[in-house]
Amino acid sequence: MPTTPLPTLTPGDFTSDQQARWCPGCGDFSILAQMKIVLADLGVPRANLAFIAGPGCAGRLPHYLNTFGFHGSLGRAPALATGLRLANENVQVWIVTGDGDALSAGTNHLVHALRRNVDLKIILINNEVFGLSKGQASPTSRPGTRTKTSPEGSFETPLRPLSLALAAEASFVARTIDVDVNHMSEMLERAAAHRGTALVEIYQNCKIFNDGVFEYATDTTLKADSLIYLEHGRPLLFGKDRNQGLRLNGFEPEVVTLGHGITIDDVLIHDEKAAEPTLAFLLSRLIGPAFPECLGVFRSVQRPTFEQSLDESRQARPTRDLESLLTGDESWLVA
Amino acid sequence: MMAVVPSSSGPTPSARAKIEDLAAAVVRFAGDASDGMQLVGAQFTSGSASHGNAVFTLPDLPAEIRAPAGTLAGACGFQVHVSSQPIHTPGDVLHTLVVMNPASLRANLNDLEPGGILIANADAFTPDELAKAGYRSNPLQDGSLGAYRLLAATMTQFSLAAVAPVNLIPREANRCKDFFPLGIVCWLYDRPLEPTLKWIRETYVKNPAMIEANTRTLKAGYHYGEMSGQLPTRYRIAKAALPAGRYRSVTGIESLALGIAAAAEQSPRPLIFAGFPAPPASELLHELFDKPHANVKVVQAEDDSAALNLAIGAAFGGALGATATSGPGLVLQSEALGLAVMSELPCIVIDVQRAGPSNGMPTKTEQADLLQALFGRNGESPLIVLAPATPADGFAIVLEAVRLAVRSMSPVIILSDVHLANSAEAWRVPSVAEVPAIDMAQALQGELLSRDERGVRPWAIPGTPGLEHRTGGLEKDARTGNVSYEALNHEQMVRLRAAKIASLADEIAPLETHGPISSDLLVVGWGSTFGAIRDAVTRCQAKGLRVAHAHVRHLHPLPSNTGAVLKRYRKILVPELNAGQLCRLLRAEYLVDAMSLSKVQGQPFLVSEIAQKIEAMLAP
Ligand code: SF4
Repeated sequence: MPTTPLPTLTPGDFTSDQQARWCPGCGDFSILAQMKIVLADLGVPRANLAFIAGPGCAGRLPHYLNTFGFHGSLGRAPALATGLRLANENVQVWIVTGDGDALSAGTNHLVHALRRNVDLKIILINNEVFGLSKGQASPTSRPGTRTKTSPEGSFETPLRPLSLALAAEASFVARTIDVDVNHMSEMLERAAAHRGTALVEIYQNCKIFNDGVFEYATDTTLKADSLIYLEHGRPLLFGKDRNQGLRLNGFEPEVVTLGHGITIDDVLIHDEKAAEPTLAFLLSRLIGPAFPECLGVFRSVQRPTFEQSLDESRQARPTRDLESLLTGDESWLVA
Repeated sequence: MMAVVPSSSGPTPSARAKIEDLAAAVVRFAGDASDGMQLVGAQFTSGSASHGNAVFTLPDLPAEIRAPAGTLAGACGFQVHVSSQPIHTPGDVLHTLVVMNPASLRANLNDLEPGGILIANADAFTPDELAKAGYRSNPLQDGSLGAYRLLAATMTQFSLAAVAPVNLIPREANRCKDFFPLGIVCWLYDRPLEPTLKWIRETYVKNPAMIEANTRTLKAGYHYGEMSGQLPTRYRIAKAALPAGRYRSVTGIESLALGIAAAAEQSPRPLIFAGFPAPPASELLHELFDKPHANVKVVQAEDDSAALNLAIGAAFGGALGATATSGPGLVLQSEALGLAVMSELPCIVIDVQRAGPSNGMPTKTEQADLLQALFGRNGESPLIVLAPATPADGFAIVLEAVRLAVRSMSPVIILSDVHLANSAEAWRVPSVAEVPAIDMAQALQGELLSRDERGVRPWAIPGTPGLEHRTGGLEKDARTGNVSYEALNHEQMVRLRAAKIASLADEIAPLETHGPISSDLLVVGWGSTFGAIRDAVTRCQAKGLRVAHAHVRHLHPLPSNTGAVLKRYRKILVPELNAGQLCRLLRAEYLVDAMSLSKVQGQPFLVSEIAQKIEAMLAP
């Protein structure tokens, strides 16, 4: 990275010459806008940023950013990004992916990037439906979701992306939502600052094929009772009056209302740095209407990146110069 | 059987056995996986090579990692062709067969020439072992081997007697028996023991007892050959006339690994090699991990698709990306190959072909991925396809692949196969200064959106201010590089991608012919069939037949003189280990009446199979 002071960048400096072509009202517009704001504040030159994507509505995002960008095959972005990081460690690498890309074809590669802890920032835009291919069920579609491939309502059990990521040993896992731009910015900044694979799930409204699926989290009258904003070291409280909390009953979570003998001391305290991801996993499985859903950083721990570990293991084994390799261990002279 | 007192003194020249000169010999050592025949064969090879012979080897490995001992499935062997002339194959028929048990006798006897020498470990021919191999009576005693010259020795007993004075635990003592048959064969072909003795001293430097014991067993075998009197004739194979220099043995896998190291040496960024363990390509992954070069980063990917995507990501980042695969792995990589074509990024895919389709026969050889390599992707997606002709040629072919990949910003497929991967030949070690240079700097020059006179775009690398751009698998506008679904633009881009590959035809070596430049018959091959074709054509030429051999190393694009060469011959024969894929291509491309000689048995061609076909085609 250059050491001379950087010219200050504005969000507008990250606009490419391509007109964004999502449907009017699509949540992706807001994600693109916040991304530019966050990038402008990062202080990383445009030339040292790369956005990797796959097919899908989410995958269009890199085309609208004036950085390096690569649009690969369905689900393969984590593998492409890993290769890029190994080749060129001066580049900060982001992946922009959707539930169809990352969790249908790409689950395998996503899991391996997470367990390896490659230094990548993954934005998983989850709208619980295939958009660009025109409205089919996705691996995250809720039961009952009506699509072209589930005309009577989806009957498959959906994947929970953050539970999957935690099970794959992710070192940074967060969730935010397209309409809460301040929270989204904060999560993107946190991801940018993390060393290792950072996964941020963004609940995104697909206006055309799954409109309103996150209404409980966006409607001003509903969201206070439907969402917990995770804060490290703070109790897991929610509700308009912040008088409801989450506590553990054995291994089961339960919602309690403060008062009548229940105090704040009964409520779980959020610890994003816990060595074991057990509680983070529990929080990642909470879904409405029985439970509030969590937004914020579920887990943020430090462990060596893949790049570091690979270099260390390479240093542990003596390399050989070309002459020694060519000659091999056994050779003979012919006069 | 006469008793022989093993001696630890050096061998003395035979008083009784007479010595005959021989031009070449093929020897196969066969036994259970635990019998160490690979090691013994390798020792006989290096001993012969340092003696000045031309050598070519082929280990025949069983498919199972640990097949049950004594069964046919567990039989494994190592074949060595030793010659006073240049040779290109491991040899068709055996002059000598060494068998360590009945199963290996049954599995290998068919390949021994009539009157050939059979050396057997009589100790292993017990009722149990005979039954496992399906023998009702002991062939060493029932006269059924009368067509061969038999030397049966109780090798286990002799070697145990030889090591008795050395204090060894029984397991170690048993292991030493492998050197007994090696001693016999060294005696038989008048090979010096010193190279093997030196190897024993170096290998067991920390275990003097094993040095002593193995030395004794080796010498005991040598003396046994002499003293037993079972074989009245010994053979001497004169030195071959080889160019002076330092030589080593190199397998088709090792040469590829050396090519990768030599390419990385010249690369400003690390070469990223990602591989998934698909046998036999996994051998290359092991080799690169085992003998690391400072500028090669090796990664085990989660599958073959990830492996090539990693390589493409690396290429996007400005590094050389490479991978190797076998069998269905290449199918998994078709998608990413199309991506590399579309995004115009240089990367190398090494396909060590094995018998298919699907998982087929993972340890058996075939050349049936050619048309897939050329055409097996969605859309018009031309790329560069090369094939090494011999085990050692992998070195030059990787460097050529990297040169062409960078020259045209294109993926390259290298088609090796199981036969090349496993065989080894002697290779004159080049000095570092002799390694062909690759001009990588040239690819890095040029403005974004500029193309050179051949239509090649510059390598615009992340981290370089001003070169920010978006690329990938979608069609791009020829002028702006932005995504475009315009009808005429697509046609222009399809033709541009094809033309920049096609124009390489003028930048590669022309197709050469061995033999008359115009005559009755041209035998055209590619890949691992080189040795069998060359030896067959040479043999037929010696008989006065007007036949020539041309071997294609650049399969796409083909050298620009290919059509002209083909048209100088009355007939064309294309031997291939597939159902006639190159033959079909040559017919389609050049309207010549090429004829296919096809073999799909998981085995390489025998020289005789090709020679017979040539003779039949040229019969008056
Ligand atoms: S289909 Fe849905 S996700 Fe895609 S652009 Fe339209 S609204 Fe957005």
